[in-house]
Formats: sequence, C-alpha cells, structure tokens
Amino acid sequence: MPGLGATNGRGGATTTTREMAESDCIVIMGSNFAENHPVGFRFVLQAKNKGARVIHIDPRFTRTSAMATDYIPMRSGTDIAFLGGLIRYMIENNKYFKEYVVQYTNAPFIIKEEFADTEDLDGIFSGFDEQTRTYDPSSWEYEREEPIKPDNEPTTLTEKIAYEKLLGRPKRDDTLSHPRCVFQIIKKHYSRYTPEMVSEITGTPVEDFLKVAEALAENSTPERTSTFVYAMGWTQHTYGVQCIRAGAILQGLLGNMGRRGGGILALRGHANVQGATDHPTLYHILPGYLDMPSAEKNHDTLEDYLKDVTTPTGWWVNYPKYMVSLLKAWFGDAATPENDFGYNYLPKNLGNHSHYSIFRDAYAGIVKGMMVVGQNPAVGGQNATFHRKALANLDWLVVRDPFLIETATFWYDAPEVKSGQVKTEDIKTEVFYLPSAVFAETGGSFTNTSRMMQMKEKAADPPGDCRSDLSFTYELGKRLKELYKDSTLKRDWAIKNLTWDHYEPVPQEPFKIHEPNEEALIKEINGYDTKTGKPVAGFAELKDDGSTACGNWIYSGVMPEEGKNLAANREGDDYTYLNWGFAWPANRRLLYNRASARPDGKPWSERKKYVWWDEKEGKWTGYDIPDFAVNKAPDTKPKMDGIGLDAHSGADPFIMLPDGVMQLFAPLADGPLPTHYEPVDTPVENKLYSKQPHNPATLYYDVPDNELHGIANSDYPYVITTYRVTEHHLSGAMTRWLPWLAELMPELFLEISPELAQKLDLESGDYAVIETSRGQIEARALVTRRMRPFKLGDQFIHQVGMPIHWGYAGVVKGSVPNELSAIVGDPNVTIHESKAFTCNVRKGRIKQGVV
Amino acid sequence: MLSRRDFLKRSGIAAAGLTLASVSGIQMKPVKAQITKIKLNAKSGRQVPSVCPYCAVGCGTLITESEGKIVHIEGNPDSPVNHGTLCPKGAANLQMPVNENRQTKVLYRAPYSTEWEEKPLDWAMEQIAQRIKKDRDENFIEKIDGKTVNVNPALASIGGSTLENEWNYLQAKLFRGLGAVNIENHARI
Amino acid sequence: MAQLESKKGMFVDTSVCTGCKACETACKEWNELPMNPDFGFTGNSYDNTGRLSGENWRHVKFVEDFSEDRSEQRWMFLSDSCKHCQLAGCMEVCPVNAIVRTEFDTVYIDHETCIGCGYCITGCPFGVIDIGKLTGTANKCTLCYDRLQVGQQPACAQTCPTDSIQFGDVDELMLKAKDREKFLRDNGDSKAQIYGDSDILGGLNVFYLLQDEPEKYGLPSNPQLPQKNMVGGYWSSILSFVAAGFISLLSFRSRRLSKDEQESSDISV
Repeated sequence: MPGLGATNGRGGATTTTREMAESDCIVIMGSNFAENHPVGFRFVLQAKNKGARVIHIDPRFTRTSAMATDYIPMRSGTDIAFLGGLIRYMIENNKYFKEYVVQYTNAPFIIKEEFADTEDLDGIFSGFDEQTRTYDPSSWEYEREEPIKPDNEPTTLTEKIAYEKLLGRPKRDDTLSHPRCVFQIIKKHYSRYTPEMVSEITGTPVEDFLKVAEALAENSTPERTSTFVYAMGWTQHTYGVQCIRAGAILQGLLGNMGRRGGGILALRGHANVQGATDHPTLYHILPGYLDMPSAEKNHDTLEDYLKDVTTPTGWWVNYPKYMVSLLKAWFGDAATPENDFGYNYLPKNLGNHSHYSIFRDAYAGIVKGMMVVGQNPAVGGQNATFHRKALANLDWLVVRDPFLIETATFWYDAPEVKSGQVKTEDIKTEVFYLPSAVFAETGGSFTNTSRMMQMKEKAADPPGDCRSDLSFTYELGKRLKELYKDSTLKRDWAIKNLTWDHYEPVPQEPFKIHEPNEEALIKEINGYDTKTGKPVAGFAELKDDGSTACGNWIYSGVMPEEGKNLAANREGDDYTYLNWGFAWPANRRLLYNRASARPDGKPWSERKKYVWWDEKEGKWTGYDIPDFAVNKAPDTKPKMDGIGLDAHSGADPFIMLPDGVMQLFAPLADGPLPTHYEPVDTPVENKLYSKQPHNPATLYYDVPDNELHGIANSDYPYVITTYRVTEHHLSGAMTRWLPWLAELMPELFLEISPELAQKLDLESGDYAVIETSRGQIEARALVTRRMRPFKLGDQFIHQVGMPIHWGYAGVVKGSVPNELSAIVGDPNVTIHESKAFTCNVRKGRIKQGVV
Repeated sequence: MLSRRDFLKRSGIAAAGLTLASVSGIQMKPVKAQITKIKLNAKSGRQVPSVCPYCAVGCGTLITESEGKIVHIEGNPDSPVNHGTLCPKGAANLQMPVNENRQTKVLYRAPYSTEWEEKPLDWAMEQIAQRIKKDRDENFIEKIDGKTVNVNPALASIGGSTLENEWNYLQAKLFRGLGAVNIENHARI
Repeated sequence: MAQLESKKGMFVDTSVCTGCKACETACKEWNELPMNPDFGFTGNSYDNTGRLSGENWRHVKFVEDFSEDRSEQRWMFLSDSCKHCQLAGCMEVCPVNAIVRTEFDTVYIDHETCIGCGYCITGCPFGVIDIGKLTGTANKCTLCYDRLQVGQQPACAQTCPTDSIQFGDVDELMLKAKDREKFLRDNGDSKAQIYGDSDILGGLNVFYLLQDEPEKYGLPSNPQLPQKNMVGGYWSSILSFVAAGFISLLSFRSRRLSKDEQESSDISV
C-alpha cells in the first residue's frame, strides 16, 4: 500500500512480528491480530508480560481485545477521525518528539503559497477538478531554492536523467513556526479533531480516547517506543490508504519510526501477499515496484518513461539501472541499447486494470479469457453476484485449485442457478478445472509480513494430475513460445524473446514429477552479470547499460554466489535472526533503522539502541544490517549539486525518499493529508466537512446491481463490518474443505448486540436475513455483548458484523457474505469498502437459493 | 523414595479400587498403583522444512514424509518466527495434501454444457495455450493514436497471494510477454 | 520392569490463552481423530466443539463475562482436556484395568484392552471421557503418550502459539505457575488462582491458572471420586459386570498383560 510508501519510502511493513516484544505500547487498530495472526501475537503477549500497554481499537470486542490491556470501542470506518484526534493531541499538548520531527521528517519544509487545505475549502484540497473528481497536486509542492546543477557532463543514463531533473532544495524553517511549513499545516488541518469531536464521530467515549493519547505520549520518548499494527481494518475503505498515512504521520510525530520496538507492522493476510506485491501479479507495477508503462503518460520511449518515474535525489535515482536490468532478465540477448532493451514490447496500461476493472471488462466482453489461480472471486469478490455475472460472460475460464471451489462450479452451483434465475444451459463459459499441487508438494518461497523470504522444500509428489502452479505456468509458457516461434511479427517479439529455456526442470530424487529449475529462477531474480553469468552480490552492482540482468532488484543479494540461496538459511537466534531467511532489502529487518540513532549517530537511549555509528571503525553497526550507507558518517554534509544519496546528509534516515526525511505531508490521489470522510454507505453526515460526506476522489463503478445506500438510508439502518475468524481463511477455499477446520466454525453467523437483537426479536441460533441493495443472505445470530451500539452525540448507531468465509461448496457451506458489499474503490489503489457499509437485518430465512 | 502407594496413603484418601473391588463378592483384582509401559510407534520419516501457507506470519513447519506420503506436519522448533508453534490452520496443514475432498483429475466443461468431463492434463494444457493465442491474435492492439501500446486486452490473470514468489514472478513475466495488462492478485482486495 | 521416569503434565495458563483452538486441531492431527459427526453451530460464543468427546480430546471453552453496561468486560478462554489426576476416578472404576498409569505418571486408556463399557465415563468427575463413535472404545487425551516415548512434548503443547499450554515436570511447572499467579495478582488480577494443586484429587498433572473461580469455567470447585458421589451408579455398574461375563474379560486382560511390548511394575521410584 502506498500509505507507507509515500510516507517512508517503501510500502513494506517497517518492522517484524518478533519486534513486537520490544515495544512499550502496541496499538492494534484495524487488525484482529490475535484472531488472524495468532502466532505473531505471541510476541505481543511477551511485551505485555514485560509491562507493555496493548491497546486494541475496534468496533468489536474480539479475541485480540480479550488479551489487550485496553479495549477501545470505535465505530467502523472512523479511523482517520480517531488518528487525526491523536495527531492534534500530540501537537496541542507538546507531546511530539521535537528533535526527531525537525531532523527526520519534512515538518520544517515550506509548502507553496497556492496550497489550500480542507479547512479552507470545506473538505477538499486545492487542485480538485469537479468534473473528473481528481486532484492536480501541483499546488501541494514545496517552495524551493534555486537548483544547483553539477558541472560535469553525465556519463551514464542514470546521471543523464538525474541531472536533467534535479530540483532546488526545499525551503525550510527549523523553528516549525512558518505558517506554511508542514508542521503548521498539519496543526491547522487537525485543529478541529478535538477529543469531543472525535467522540461524536467515532462513538468512542472521550475518556477512552484520552487513555490512548496519554499511553502513546508516555511511551514515545528516547527511552520508550510505541508501535502500530494494522491490517484490512485500515485498508478496506474508500480512504484506506489515508488511514495508513494517518498512522504513519503519528508515528513520525512521536519519533517511533525506524526504532527498536517502534514502527508500523502491516499484517498481511496471505502467506505471500507481500511476495505477490514485490513480484507483482498486479496491473500497475513491475517487479521491485517499478511502474508499469502507461499509455496515459509520455512513456513513449525508455528514456521518456525513466524521466517520468525517476527521482534525481534519494535511492530511486537508480531507477534506470533496475529497469534496464529487468528488461535484460526478461529479454536476454535480444534486449540491446539500440532497441531500448525491448522496452516498447512491454504492454502499456490503458487505464485502471485493477481487479474490479477486470471484472467490469469481463462483463462487458472485453476480457474474454481468464485464468484464476489460487483465488475464489465467485464468492470472495465484493458484490459476488456481479463477479459471477462477469464469469458467466467469459469465453473461457481456467481455474486452478486443490479443491473444486465455487469459481469452478458457479455455472451449476451458484445461488442464481439453483433458484432458476439463470440456467446452466445459457452460460457460455468454457471451463477448464486443473487440480493443483499444494504447498507441500512443490518448492518455492513465501515472503512473510516481515518482508522475509523463506524457502520451503518439496515433501512429496502431488497426486494424479495435480501439478504445481509454477510447473503449469512454465509449461504453458513453453507451449506458447512454441506456437509463436516462427512468427516474424513485431507484436510477437516479446513472447518470442522471453527468456524461458533455463527453467527446464531438473530431476530431483526421489520424485517422479519434476519442478522447473528453482535455482535458475532465483538467480534471475537476484541478478547476474550478463557476460560472466555470475550472480551479482546485491543491487549496488546493477548497471543501466545492459551489462547486468536482474528480475527483481529489491531481492538482489538473495543469491550472492552461485548456489548460495540465503532464503534457505535456517539458523535462528532470539532476536533479529539475520541467518534465518532473507529479508528485502539486503537482509535488513527493521526499515529506516538509521533513525534508531540520534542525528549524531549515538543511540537515542541505551534501552532502545539498535543501529549506531561506530566512530572507531568508521561504520554503522548494531543488531541489524544498517538501512543506510554503511560508511557514511553522521556528520556528512549533503552535496548541494549531488544526485542520489549524495544529496542526503549523514543524518537523513529515509534513504528512498528524495529528501531523506519522512514525508508527513505527501501527495496522494486524494490529498496530501488524511482527512475524515464517511464511507459511501454511512448512517451519518460528515460532522467535520458538511459539503463532502465521502472521499471526493472515490472511484465509482457503473456496473449492474451495485447501488450505494448513501447517507442515513432508512432502509439500511445498521452499520455492518465483515472480517475473518481464526478457524477459516479468505473465501474458505483453504479451510471449508478441511474437516478439522470446518467443524470448528461450521456455519455463517451474524454477531449482534443484545440491544439490537431484542429490537429484532433475535436470539442466538436464530436465522437472520441480512440485506443490502446488492444482495440478501442468511446467517445464524450470535447475540453477544462483545457487539455494542455506538453513541454519536444524541444518536445511537447499531452495528453488526459477520465473517466472510462462506460459499456454496465445501464440507461446510453457507450464504455468501460478499453478496452484500458494493464495488467501489479507494482512489490510490482501488481497494473496496467491506469494513464499513450499511444493511438491514430481520429475523427469518431467505427463500432457498435466492440471491 | 516415595512409592506411589505411600503417596496415596499420605494424601489421606484410599484408592477407590482397593475398597470397592470386592464389594459384590467377586474376586476383582484390585487396581494396583502400578506403572505400565506400552511401547507405541510414533509417526516418523524424513523431515522436510516448509512454511505454512495460510497467513503471512510465515511460520516454519516440518513435514514428515514416509514412503512418498506426507504423514504429519508440525511447527519447526528452530524457526525464530514461531518457535515450533502454530495456529489451528497451521496445525491442520496436513489436511491440505491429505484430503479425500481433493480433486486429482482435470475437468472440462464445454460451452453451454451441463456436465463436467474428465480430460487428460496434456489435452487441457494444449487447449489453454490455443485459446490464449487465438484471443491474443484476434484482439491485440499494437498502437493507439500512433502510440505503441502492445496490449492484449482479452486475457486476464487473477490470483497469486497464496502462491509462491517464483510463480508470481513467472506468471507476471509470461503475461507481460503476452501483452497482458489485466493481472491482479488478492493484494488489492 | 517399568519405572516411573518422571511426573509429566501440563500447566495451562488461561491468562495467555487467545482461544485460537490450535490445540484442538493439533490434537486431532497427531491422534488422527476424525471430524465429529455431530458438529454444528452452537450459538455459544465461538465454541462449536461443545464438550470433550471421543473425537475431541481437547476443547477450548469460551466464557463471555460482561456486565450489562459493559463496564466489566472479559472474554476468557480455557483449553480443557484430561487432567491426568493423581487419584483418577476412571482408573478406579475400569472393570478390565484398561486404564493404566504410564511411566510418565499419566493416565492412559489401552484400546486393546478397553471393552467400551463406559463405566469410566461416570467415573470421571470432569466429563472427560467418551466412547469414540468410530472406535467403540473409551477415548480421551493420552498426553500424546507415543510422542512422550520418543522425547517429544504433546502435540497441543508444542503447537500452542502463546505457550498457554506448557508441558514438563509437574513439580517444576507448579513452581512456574505459582510465580505466574503472583505476577497476575500483583498486577491487579486479584482472582488469579491455581486449579489442580494437591487439594484437587491429590493433584492434577494437567492443571490450570484461572482468572476467576473454577465455576466460571465450568470446572467443579471440589471434584469427587466416584465412590463418594455416585455410589448408586457404581453398585449397578459392579453388578452388571457379572452379567457381562466378567471373568472372561479379566482373562482377556491378563492375556494383554503378557504381551511383550508391555511392561508393568509397582512403583519403586
């Protein structure tokens, strides 16, 4: 998520599950940590046993709340109001970490005069275009000094691009008093987020809010650190990225980022959601967070593209090296300087091709063939009925999964087919179901929530025709390359020249089914010298002239020598375990760990020492690999005409970012600062900005049966939130077919407070119908005081909740909760809003099979 | 050393078997405070290091394999991530590979058909490759308004967050090579 | 001659139990226990296991303890199983001596000897034992007897993500538990208490640190051996042995005892 990336420089969690044990105050918000990551939670309990505060802020009292020292109730979807209130509290009460803020963040930087805040424009920032509902961010830029360009001529592509783009230094005021400095803008932006206002919006009692504020302030000092933990509870909103930004700003103000027991832990929900983002099967990026070329920008040539995406200062100055090395890895000898290394044979995005856009395009007949591998959109997608309509309009569909999941069987088993609304005979989709091997029947690696890649080994051959997904894609590629091998068409250049032969499977005793060559793959990802074929030791060796190839620069260093795969390291230790697995980048465990030391290189305190400057040795040292130039002394001055890291001083810890400091103020698609908006389905008006109830830049989808409820819709009076339980996973594809898990949570249930249950005449075990304009489902009622009504001023709002794991196939089945939610998107990443919407609930059952 | 019988006496409670065994007049053998050792066979075999496939904590596991079959999976005590522990999904890992509900045959549903047909894997692979090529060749866009785009808008790939790095890398590479822009995984949802 | 190797047991610290049920699954995995055919939604918090049974040798209890205005709010969890009592009612009533005390001082049902009569079910004051729906014999936690023999800890203890279930020598565990009890009490948990010290049936090898009175967790505060509270039931049990041809059962048992792989002895530790 760019929430962390825009603030700190990288999108990954800045810390690890293990590091929780070092924290003095753990704020879990938008995450049900104990429930969904029970093993990671052991380290939270270790911290608690050492006296740490564990604060859980959530609409429901969950298994996490049960273990917390403080449970703080909060209405779903009001995280930014809560966090904004905390930001205001720290500033107004002088509780922020002044030295850290001045030295390590952009708080002193001065913003252009044209900038106008939401406080000035009642809920929107300057630059908003009412027509397109998008922002032009040019008024959000820094005021700058005159640029100083280097005297010498550039000698490489990287220098050429950097010199051209070099800007003047941002103007700054280290007293933080200039009215247009970031600090003052933030202060003004959140000035109305008072504890009373927070309480009216969130339903959190004022004293509960203050408890959190005081605990955070007490535990964010040179001696103590606080950490934030989030998951989908922050992200699945039409302002999801800004929830993360709000947490990150707070951590910057409190001086917790990059420090022992500090930082932000993003709890990823799938074994390899981090790896699948790093090696992105995502439309908008290429491996290592390189932008996909876009037809909407001037990305016509490699140089045009690089000029757009490269920043002249900070680590990203190296963009050209990574892009050229990627093209060399993919197109091999065919990639030459003369043909821009094959750049123009890569496709260019035509617009937003995110998940919902793909299904919209499938419904519209633009997408004709779809391969679904290890995902279950027929029940897992928001507005699941629409997803199945889209599947039914495909020409062909491939489903790969160990079990016969709902996405494979929708054409005869879906509720609309069972009820007769749709006939199997009318569904044209040709379906190929290919049974897949499971994790234990293939090698490969996962990258965990702490950015650590770990190899697993194959234990047994898969049964029957089951094959690993890797073999499938390898085999498919081989066949396609064969089909195109004689083509002389330009448009077939990419598939013809894609390097593929080196993946040829190597026999591995005692197995009969052989996997593609894993070592060759990891070497390609690591990068190698194109002349000698030897692996590079790390990304510092990558070049922009075609002499190196690298499939994913952030993983470079995982195989520093032939056959030596650091992700297969298995020597643990009790703390940073540098010899267990490989954490990108360069095996660093805590990101931005330069900030664990003061500007002069000494630890902020003995208790929190982590990485520090060793004066004698002239290098950074500590418990971790320094996330910094290892020999760059703390007193190093920035080069005024420098590019890359030369432009940073020895006290600028956020090396990825242009100015080396954390960006408290950072341009995103919906503004430079997080602002409270209500969800698109909400029971109340926006109390802070009367003219902008919702995020003005929200992405809406014009697809059938996707009506939104708007504000205080009396047909849908209750707030609903959806989530996971420990016993299941996702749409249930990996749990509802497993008898041991199925029996633990056998039926879909609706969690409801006794107050609302009484009103609706519901008791635990009764069936309830839950309805939205998108769909209607049934669930068993679970009446519990763990759910509660929220008092917003004089008004009471009822909230219900249900897990998402059910569908129409498996050992245990049930209604599909995702029928209820709408397709709508956050403007930064097009994530939907399943954590807060509205519904109606009544006692009874739905007519069999009706959606 | 304290004998078990002594222990019972000291605790001041007579063992039930001793007092009740003969009440009905039958010569019941009194339940003696005895130790019995029954030798059992614990599951054993080759141990293979692995990683749990559910959430992203990344718990290390050890798979026990015996004669080509996976017989047991438990937490890897050496892993600093989980120290040998697991959650219920992790502890149920075995039922992913060893599960009678698993499908092991390729199934095919022809357009408008009401039934599955079993098909050979090789046939399915070839058909899929042919479908991709046909759609690509028919729908490929080389240029829009004179701008080179090289896009195949007809093809989509969904999924990946539950799958290995190596697959994600390879799938992205192949699909970009085919001109696909519609590539998405769970990370967004 | 078998020797008591050590007194093994488990300390279940409810103050760190998150109710995740990993212990239930790990138990099923190792012991190859099937899905409970009677499974279903109970409506009782997150507990759909319901009780200990032939298919569920572990059962996590969920206690929602909320005052009406929610000023008091707790959700407590306890992973329940056989307690491997020092004075084991089940052992005492088993007519065929199928329930034995192992070299680890744990209570083990020998399935080759068990006739499935079910007397042990009434003999257990905790409701631990049940007849397995597939095996037809009495079933309960074995403390992973087979794992203990090869030097491994029970599957549940190995798996427990928060170390709420700790395996070891009972005496050492009890010291640990007392430290923990003191820690909790010093930190405001005034009701923290150990359940299963020598005051309960001579001591439970599997004992608990509770955060409230035992009754809150559905545990009897003063469990009794069968002869004290169920004499009537016991008499009828004894009489029915006769009808069942008790002598032949005893001979079955002696045959079982003579098997090579089994060693027995009086304790002489």
